[in-house]
Amino acid sequence: MADATTDAVDALSAALEDRADATIEFDGLSLERDGDEYVLETPEIDPRRVDADDLPTALDAVAAYATNWRYWQESVGGEGTYRRAFLRWCERAPIAQDGAGAPTEDPLAVPERYAALRDGVDREWGQLSITARFVDVAEPDGERVYDLWHVDDAGTDLAELEVSDDPREAREIATYDEDGRYRPLKTAPTLPSGWAFTGLSGDELVEAVEFFYPATVANWHRELRGNLDVDHWRETAERQTGIYDILDELPREAVDWVAEACCVDSQCLRRREWEYEAGDDLEPPGGDGPFPCREPCSLVIAAARQWTVLESEDERTYELELTPSERNQLEELIEAVADGRTDEIREADVNDGANRYRARYLRAKRFDDDGALEIRERSASADSE
Amino acid sequence: MQALVVAAHGSHLNPDASDPTYAHADAVRETGAFDEVREAFWKEEPHFREVIRTLESDEVFVVPLFISEGYFTEQVIPRELRLDEWHPAKWDSDGTSASQVTLEATDVDKTVHYCGPVGTHDAMTDVIVQRAETVTEDPDVGEGFGLAVVGHGTERNENSAKAVEYHAERIRERDRFDEVKALFMDEEPEVDDVTDYFESDDIVVVPLFIADGYHTQEDIPEDMGLTEDYRLGWDVPADVDGHRIWYAGAVGTEGLMADVILERAADAGADLGDALEIVRANERAATGTDSSELESGTDTGAGAGAGAGD
Ligand code: SF4
Repeated sequence: MADATTDAVDALSAALEDRADATIEFDGLSLERDGDEYVLETPEIDPRRVDADDLPTALDAVAAYATNWRYWQESVGGEGTYRRAFLRWCERAPIAQDGAGAPTEDPLAVPERYAALRDGVDREWGQLSITARFVDVAEPDGERVYDLWHVDDAGTDLAELEVSDDPREAREIATYDEDGRYRPLKTAPTLPSGWAFTGLSGDELVEAVEFFYPATVANWHRELRGNLDVDHWRETAERQTGIYDILDELPREAVDWVAEACCVDSQCLRRREWEYEAGDDLEPPGGDGPFPCREPCSLVIAAARQWTVLESEDERTYELELTPSERNQLEELIEAVADGRTDEIREADVNDGANRYRARYLRAKRFDDDGALEIRERSASADSE
Repeated sequence: MQALVVAAHGSHLNPDASDPTYAHADAVRETGAFDEVREAFWKEEPHFREVIRTLESDEVFVVPLFISEGYFTEQVIPRELRLDEWHPAKWDSDGTSASQVTLEATDVDKTVHYCGPVGTHDAMTDVIVQRAETVTEDPDVGEGFGLAVVGHGTERNENSAKAVEYHAERIRERDRFDEVKALFMDEEPEVDDVTDYFESDDIVVVPLFIADGYHTQEDIPEDMGLTEDYRLGWDVPADVDGHRIWYAGAVGTEGLMADVILERAADAGADLGDALEIVRANERAATGTDSSELESGTDTGAGAGAGAGD
């Protein structure tokens, strides 16, 4: 009998001693102590009575169940925590939960999981790719480790990646995007690639994931259990003080535009669960991210404060001279900036309205000496008379 | 299980704003005194709003990495942490004496010990002095030196001036420096005129700020005349009006800050084990200083230069 199984058997017997009901039920394993005998059952074997002396041999036949139990109960622990639920999600284990909502479509039973963990079970969490695997593939003792890298690096050789085993390095990786720009929103889909964490323990994996995407696992777990507490726009806006006190003056329709500008999948991997208020949903869809967003984030709050100031102005009517192509060009310019596409427009691609030479030409032609568009304001004078 | 949350401001624009927070939290992590240590921010993630739910511990010690009692420590942080029973009166503070208050965070079912800010803790006085030692690379700095503790001033009607004056007074009582002054950016006496307030040739200037940023790396050096343009950097010391100014940058970047965080948590009942000793020993190892040895005259050459802002 392998040492790992011996250890697991010892641990199981000890655990049974401590239990008032003398029963262990876990992931398909059922073991009950009845005097000097045990009743053992798994999905593969019918309940059978075993003598205390024969228990090690009997458990050896279902070693996977025993070592699986030991990994979850002794190495991971933390029953009911988001940490444990996340690690179980990682290997597609069933997640016991009070509320509705199954995070894993077809959860794997222990034998299937043990087969899969030899090759590694892959999961995606935003732009993170996670592999759960056995430490010892040849003779699995139930202990798992986890590898973590960018989804874009799935096919990249480890030798070409910056490899680390310190979860805290996730903080540095998450600070800048590929172009070296600061990422104030951790769930922006701009996480740079080129790194890998290997052989992390379960605790370390969760720590690293939390450094990449803070609080996402905790909120995902709440959502699973049906107790995600969503604060909608109005509650959040009304709570603000100081310079953010004005936020509740932002018009209702502008909140739609805020969500469309900031919270769509192209800008943020969180799935927006907050609406204008309960019963009054925003127009833009919440997105497809795996982790929910339970209230407007600080970046959205800061931007919305600016929009609140801007929206306090009255509209006016302006008149300016443009050819039809120039009008189209204005639209293309705004589109290109809004989609962050300006870097991709080739120098000589003068077909594109947002091409730099096209923009400079328009400026040369239409801007006056003060660097402003030549525009006449119509309504201000007309309306005031 | 007990957890520590270091609550700081952070920034949407400047990635360096959170560096001291991470550094001090890591120093505490390494002591192993807390089962969990978390950074939390107003302008970064995890946000104050989300942080407590990421903890497994039932007992949570929240230490604000802020200089003074005021808007953030009295309104923003407790509100965003959802400490429903909070009221500033529970701190029973005169503006610099908040220690802690124990509250229940009802949304997560945990006990939160909400501590006073690091900036007003008595241990902060030592950090200011340590900062002076670091920047002068002289563990005995004092004689022949003036020390200016610089604060923001009355913006938003906070108690920031009180905190600055509090520490200046405590250092003055130690009779270590020839002169000790509290100076401000936004009120009299102003840091612009720093040389007017000192007779000593050598003046150490320590800004009581948490992180280096716009004020400590641009405003104050230019206002004091250390440099025409902050981008060009400045000398340490720099000659200004016949004085030598030893400009230290934000005190919050000093390694000993981890010590203040631990002291705050200990005052609130956290079980630290030997964490304080570990942090101090690591800090000595990092700077190459050992105050006990230094007092007996051993030269260990304080290593860490204070950075000239270039
Ligand atoms: S508020 Fe919008 S942008 Fe901010 S985290 Fe949520 S979904 Fe993302």
